[in-house]
Amino acid sequence: VAAGVHDTTLGLDHRKVAIWVFLGSEFLFFGAFISAYLLYLQATAGGPGVEIFDIPFTSISSFVLLMSSLTMVLAHHAHTQGDLRRMRLWILATAGQGAVFLGGQVFEFTVFVREGLVLTQSPFASSFFVLTGFHGLHVAVGILLLLSLYVFSLTGKLKPSHHVRTEMIGLYWHFVDIIWVVIFTVVYLIPEIAVG
Amino acid sequence: MSSTTKSAPLRPSSTTGLLSWLATTDHKRIGVMYFWTTLVFFFLGGFEASLVRTQLAQAELTIMSEDLYNQMFTMHGITMVFLVVMPMSAAFFNYMIPLMIGARDVAFPRLNAFSYWLYLIGGIFLYSSFLLGGAPAGSWVGYAPLSTDPVHHMGYYAVGLQILGVGSLASAVNFITTILNMRAPGMTFMRMPVFIWMSLVTNFLLLFAMPIIAVALFMLQFDTLFGAQFFQPGTGGDPLLYQHLFWLFGHPEVYIMILPAMGIVSEILPVQSRKPLFGYAAVVFAGAAIGFIGFGVWAHHMFTTSIGPVARAAFGLTTMFIAVPTGIKIFNWVFTMWGGKLRFNTAMLFCVGFVSMFTIGGLSGVTHAIVPHDAQQHDTYYIVAHFHYVLFGGALFGLIAGMYYWFPKVTGKLMNETLGKWHFWTWLLGFNLTFGPMHMSGLLGQPRRTAVLPAELGGSVELYNLLSSLGVVVLIFSALIFLWNLIRSLKRGEASGEDPWDARTVEWLTASPPKHHNFDAIPTISHRDEFWHRKYAEDETGMPVRVPDDQRPDDGAPDEHIHMPDPSLWPLLATLGILPLAYGLVFVNPILIAVGVVWLIVGLFAWIHEPLAEGDDDEPADEHEPAMSGSGSH
Repeated sequence: VAAGVHDTTLGLDHRKVAIWVFLGSEFLFFGAFISAYLLYLQATAGGPGVEIFDIPFTSISSFVLLMSSLTMVLAHHAHTQGDLRRMRLWILATAGQGAVFLGGQVFEFTVFVREGLVLTQSPFASSFFVLTGFHGLHVAVGILLLLSLYVFSLTGKLKPSHHVRTEMIGLYWHFVDIIWVVIFTVVYLIPEIAVG
Repeated sequence: MSSTTKSAPLRPSSTTGLLSWLATTDHKRIGVMYFWTTLVFFFLGGFEASLVRTQLAQAELTIMSEDLYNQMFTMHGITMVFLVVMPMSAAFFNYMIPLMIGARDVAFPRLNAFSYWLYLIGGIFLYSSFLLGGAPAGSWVGYAPLSTDPVHHMGYYAVGLQILGVGSLASAVNFITTILNMRAPGMTFMRMPVFIWMSLVTNFLLLFAMPIIAVALFMLQFDTLFGAQFFQPGTGGDPLLYQHLFWLFGHPEVYIMILPAMGIVSEILPVQSRKPLFGYAAVVFAGAAIGFIGFGVWAHHMFTTSIGPVARAAFGLTTMFIAVPTGIKIFNWVFTMWGGKLRFNTAMLFCVGFVSMFTIGGLSGVTHAIVPHDAQQHDTYYIVAHFHYVLFGGALFGLIAGMYYWFPKVTGKLMNETLGKWHFWTWLLGFNLTFGPMHMSGLLGQPRRTAVLPAELGGSVELYNLLSSLGVVVLIFSALIFLWNLIRSLKRGEASGEDPWDARTVEWLTASPPKHHNFDAIPTISHRDEFWHRKYAEDETGMPVRVPDDQRPDDGAPDEHIHMPDPSLWPLLATLGILPLAYGLVFVNPILIAVGVVWLIVGLFAWIHEPLAEGDDDEPADEHEPAMSGSGSH
């Protein structure tokens, strides 16, 4: 069962096929939430709408998340070179940037709540918080995976030959990043510009 | 039980006894567990249906309260869809996919066990609602905002379906990877058995449909638990959004239930007709086309809502269009039988029953594509008749055909043919008696999901309902024949030999029941219907001539180092964390939720920390590093 990649039909590791297949499913998960958000753009029930977004602030946290994909690539590259020390460094950098992004999201949510945008306010508020909240949850899961990679590499459970594991977590991380690019554009940027 | 592995803590090594089943990672054992669990739920769902039919046997009967009646039809629907037809297909996926593609297991054996335990725990959780304040009573579609109302106990629905959904998603990833990546050498896509093709399409449908219902259910839960406003019209929420999301999942779900049965029938008909499948490529492409178009027809469930004339016209057209690939398949099955040497054993009878009953259901389905016609039928018993013809007359007949056909593969014994024929004919009679009259009572105006049959509908509607209820009596009798046949054949069925049907596909190439590792040597595939081509050559006139046993192609010496996964308890132990989490979500108890989440995370980490097999570092050799020393080290 633990066949080498030469023994598989597609010449790919099972786990790589599986993670791509799984990410295909994730696109529909976020797609459905984004559709609901777009449906409810105007459904603010008299409360705050898209004008509440602070585009410069979210741009910065988005930029941090984007850069974390770069460090993720560097971590994977270091792992394929068998350099676990450098891999750990980049893994921590990636997780750290993910944490900065999450911190930004928590701050942003707090500000919105203080300004009157709460989950129970309107369909707009519900769909915004649940969509971005589920994205935040994905980032949190990603950080947990990165940190476990870090710990396992320290305990010796993760060996230089295990770079497929780093690659899988990397693929997941890039996906979370790409979805954020879509969310930032469709949820924040375009509606805000359209409102003027 | 002796074992060569170093015994790790919590890693059972015995191959018999309860613990060996709880820890199994063998796709065949998991398939068998799916089968028996499904059978239990099938009888529970049948019991609920019997209660519903008892209440409707006469006009104005009130044996059950309205609330209990609502619980019964809701749980009947949820059970039959999520706990019977889908997992019964999963039983076949589990048992047959590796055998039919010439593999030794699925790609992720422990993930496979995890899927099963999620199914079992999800089912138990849903049924525990009967003891904890009442079962869901808002129908299997769970339309919001009705389902956000605590009176209907839909919390169990939202959480229970979510658990089952995660299991389905995990097995979809697993089976897709298995089919794409673990085929025996030489098995190209167009040499795959049709059942494998239909499994692949079904699992892609699951992959893309499950996240959509997950979103709908999450929204439902946020509305119920945290006061979100997704479906609350008071603040501008749109109940239609729920219907769109539900049916965007729900219509592919229909094909998730029927395509595996279509695959099974496409395997059995050629064998029992002693002819290759007519138009293999057409059947495969039609199946794939159904998979694609299946995502574009959902709003025909919503013709009577305010979706507007353009959407009605568009979805009416796509709905008619999807009948085309289905029709292609029906013709291919008929032409497979045409001119064949037909053997009408029980498996074959159920296939013929499938084709004919499914055609009736398919035709009544096309009538729903006509919008004004559909407006008349919507939420009447005509709809109930239609979908039972496709799901009972279709999916269930096909799945039962598969049980009779592959029973010898799984057990090495034949099921009793006399009892089997009794089962088939009573099943066919009971089915048509139950659901045939519903077409009429529905067209005469009998509404669905109504606890009491109104007397004002008239005597003929009453008569049709009485006939339906009598049909259920026949079905119960028939199901008991089947159960008796199953148990009797398991105990003292006639030995089947290795190839009782003169079959065509490679699962029959190995022993029955198969060894733990399925194949001593992985077969090399050079034909579609590989096994048949190994048994028969052609003479000058093109007629098949049996090849003597000793001249058949041989796959060489048995592999020396067969690497199989060890048993593992972690999939079960991790899944158990779902229970506190799920009850915590229903009773809104943060402590239970936290316990469940931590339990799940700890369980999953223990799982990934445990190697797939003892003394194994779990990493296959790949091109970036020198080949591992020794030929059999991994």
